[in-house]
Amino acid sequence: MKYIDEFQDPELARRLLDGIHATVTRPWALMEVCGGQTHTIIRHGIDQLLPEQVRLIHGPGCPVCVTPLEVIDKALAIAARPGVIFCSFGDMLRVPGTDRDLFRVRSEGGDVRVVYSPLDALRVAQENPDREVVFFGIGFETTAPPNAMTVYQARRLGIRNFSLLVSHVRVPPAIEAIMTSPDCQVQGFLAAGHVCSVMGVEEYPELAERHRVPIVVTGFEPLDILEGVRRTVQQLERGEHTVDNAYARAVRPEGNPAARAMLADVFEVTDRAWRGIGVIPDSGWRLSERYRDYDAEERFPVSGITTAEPAACRSGEVLQGLLKPNECEAFGTTCTPRTPLGATMVSSEGACAAYYLYRRLGGPVSTTTAQEATTVG
Amino acid sequence: MGHGGGGALSAELVEHVFAPAFGGETLATMADSAAVTLGGARLAFSTDTFVVRPLFFPGGSIGDLAVNGTVNDLAMSGARAAYLSCGVVLEEGVEMPVVARVAEAIGAAARTAGVEIVTGDTKVVEAGHGDGVYLNTAGIGLIPDGVDIRPQRARPGDVVLVSGQIGLHGVAVLSLREGLEFDVQVESDCAPLGGLVEAMLAVTPDLHVLRDPTRGGVAAALGEIAAAAGVGVAVDERHLPVPEPVAGACAMLGLDPLYVANEGKLVAFVPRDHADAVLEAMRAHPLGADAAVIGACVADHPGMVVARTGLGGTRVVDLPLGEQLPRIC
Repeated sequence: MKYIDEFQDPELARRLLDGIHATVTRPWALMEVCGGQTHTIIRHGIDQLLPEQVRLIHGPGCPVCVTPLEVIDKALAIAARPGVIFCSFGDMLRVPGTDRDLFRVRSEGGDVRVVYSPLDALRVAQENPDREVVFFGIGFETTAPPNAMTVYQARRLGIRNFSLLVSHVRVPPAIEAIMTSPDCQVQGFLAAGHVCSVMGVEEYPELAERHRVPIVVTGFEPLDILEGVRRTVQQLERGEHTVDNAYARAVRPEGNPAARAMLADVFEVTDRAWRGIGVIPDSGWRLSERYRDYDAEERFPVSGITTAEPAACRSGEVLQGLLKPNECEAFGTTCTPRTPLGATMVSSEGACAAYYLYRRLGGPVSTTTAQEATTVG
Repeated sequence: MGHGGGGALSAELVEHVFAPAFGGETLATMADSAAVTLGGARLAFSTDTFVVRPLFFPGGSIGDLAVNGTVNDLAMSGARAAYLSCGVVLEEGVEMPVVARVAEAIGAAARTAGVEIVTGDTKVVEAGHGDGVYLNTAGIGLIPDGVDIRPQRARPGDVVLVSGQIGLHGVAVLSLREGLEFDVQVESDCAPLGGLVEAMLAVTPDLHVLRDPTRGGVAAALGEIAAAAGVGVAVDERHLPVPEPVAGACAMLGLDPLYVANEGKLVAFVPRDHADAVLEAMRAHPLGADAAVIGACVADHPGMVVARTGLGGTRVVDLPLGEQLPRIC
């Protein structure tokens, strides 16, 4: 299948793997920034196929996982209010707040709706002029532009019963935070391709130079990941640390100027708390002064909500690449998708969820029998 | 809502709440239909309730589902459905032409499946307490002599077959329900499987397990069989018949085709000696033309399903918790 099969071709994968095996002479630790990349790696067993010296560290790039507990609790409080229609992308619904999640709010009578686009939420607002419609605006540079555009549209159309609960975050300050951490083990980054397709790559050369770390812009299909690893390892073996675009089919150096202009109009950079990590300076966006009246936090009295993370949850360490999910004592015992301690266990991009879903048996499993069986007929 | 999604939450509800309260040995087999003996005859008996939005979708309607769903549950015991009941719950205000269209669909599906609807019931609930029309069907059929098909009969060495392309129904309904438009319209595979099962039984009565992978998809069906029989299941992702539009839609939404619902497919566990002949018989039937071997039953990792990935790695295929949720980006 065009655009899917051709990026999962086993023969091409084998050639890339051979290239990586032939290049590596020493141990290297690479971080894939994006949770989508983590899931591709674990789902396809890519980490099992790489040389032992190449260690992949899972990064903080799951938008659902890094949304602070405080913001989740604010969302739950707003969604439970009578007269509110709370719209969200589907994967936020199972994320645990302090004592419940959005599914629970819905089962208790809250009007919580799954949408596929923030513009769908705006349409809900148009169709329900007597209700307050709130959209949960979370995510990285990928989801921020359409959310910004929705607020822009709301104002243009004069829709007043719509607001955004904003918790947008930015990738480069997170990379900075990881590299300046005293525990940092990361020697190279697979940067998130879709983020760069919006923002371009101009934020990265300074980071690469300052921390002397190669940053390779990488896509999300198995061959993308392997090519990203190959190029990063090549740089490391040569002692280089440049920004390299291995996802040129989607990423232009300047990114998407229209999306960036929309971001600059509607949002402004702010300090943001990351769930499990803490506040990272300049790492987020909020609605700019001009659009502040579309901020759900201004419209609903939720500023008093403060929360504390469950002590047993070590997702902060997982998100910083300091701990593998299956190294956590709670993994698969007190923490499962059914009873998650943190968002990393329930998000579709969460590292703990990836390990729980795809890797519960520990190591590789013999599938010889399956191979034999498939020769029948 | 997750408890109705056909995944782990549904299974927990049935195992921990309903089954203990209801009691009975037959229920404990957790098959798609119950095999009971009455007056010397071995009967398959099954019921299912249909809560579907929208009521009509590409390739079918709630009426087709209500008939084929129960017909197929009976077929998964090797029985050809003979008689069906049909219960209808209408929401106050639903338009009569809609009710008539659903009724027509039920009748047409029953004729196609060769089954007679012999009893029924109608109730009306207040406006706002339903999605227009809910249906319940129950059915009975005769299990042929020498046939014993149930999840507990899966054995290491069995070959695992699927009768055709997977994921069509789920993507068809999703595209309409959520207003998503894909390049190619996907039609539901909703169909009665009694004839296909008869064709398979004609080759050998010794089919070990049949399951129609509806809610929760092939992943849930395989997971339930692995758990029921205490065996492992190893599948090869490269052999899964996933049609292009389904793969494309799933890639876009972050869904896994293995977990997407089917309404006209079956998964079969067949002794290795019979696998070639059964596969051939399936492919000779119109509803099994794309049948494929997708894996094997193994002694390793009992209770779990493990997939060999396209690149040669491995991964666990878990029971879904509830409904799959499209991802944020």
